[in-house]
Amino acid sequence: METIDIFSYFLLLLLLLSGIKVVTTSNVIHAAIFLVFTLATTAILFILLSAEFVALVLVLVYIGAVIVLFLFGVMITRAPLGPNAELDNDQNKLFATLISLSIFGIFTYILLQTFDSTVVISEGTSTKLLGEILLSRFVFPFELVSFVLLGALIGGITLARKDNALMDEDQI
Amino acid sequence: MSIQPILIAAAALFSIGIYGILVRRNAVMVLLSIELILNSVNINFVAFNAMLSDVFLNGQIFSIFIITIAAAEVGIGLAIVLMLFRNRETANINEFDLMKW
Repeated sequence: METIDIFSYFLLLLLLLSGIKVVTTSNVIHAAIFLVFTLATTAILFILLSAEFVALVLVLVYIGAVIVLFLFGVMITRAPLGPNAELDNDQNKLFATLISLSIFGIFTYILLQTFDSTVVISEGTSTKLLGEILLSRFVFPFELVSFVLLGALIGGITLARKDNALMDEDQI
Repeated sequence: MSIQPILIAAAALFSIGIYGILVRRNAVMVLLSIELILNSVNINFVAFNAMLSDVFLNGQIFSIFIITIAAAEVGIGLAIVLMLFRNRETANINEFDLMKW
């Protein structure tokens, strides 16, 4: 077994452990911090798979922006900051475990039956090629996604405004 | 390096996210679990890109698009949760029965 194999197994184990902590911890802030751990491990895994630009985008967009947004969401909705037993819906737990384990079993069975190749780890950077492809072959989706972001911006402002004409307090 | 452990880990992360969506009561925590699911899909795309050693880097480009859409989704989702909290004084999803008959 090579060093990179041991390192990747360690990374995947860390990814799963922090992912499990995200959904089982009873503290809202701890869940967001463990999501940061999960995303950072994913970024390291992407660097290992020679996708360093995607790893950097993940760090910038997720760890930089989305987590901050989540923390703001937690604080604005006044979720209890300490440990909180009310966070989980206890009567759903058995049901949810059953469903997620069966989904995991089906996926694992299909994936192990279908794919049995080795990952090719290429030398050097793929970022230059990625930029050229993104602005030539994928230029239309690239421009389209900026409209999606603009729509999200306008929609977010419209929904979160205080003087919302669409949603009066007495209508709801 | 074989692709199988990466795919199994991504499937496990997906089912962890499903578990989180079904179990959590706070709407912000449900959005966190959705992020876990999107992240597992990103892992699959990048792993397949490395497996096929694609010259057009389709997997990496798709995962960049997924990250962008996920950022937009989180913004809209948190705005909706904020508006619901403002009207209902709670962020627990089992108390949002506005569309229930």
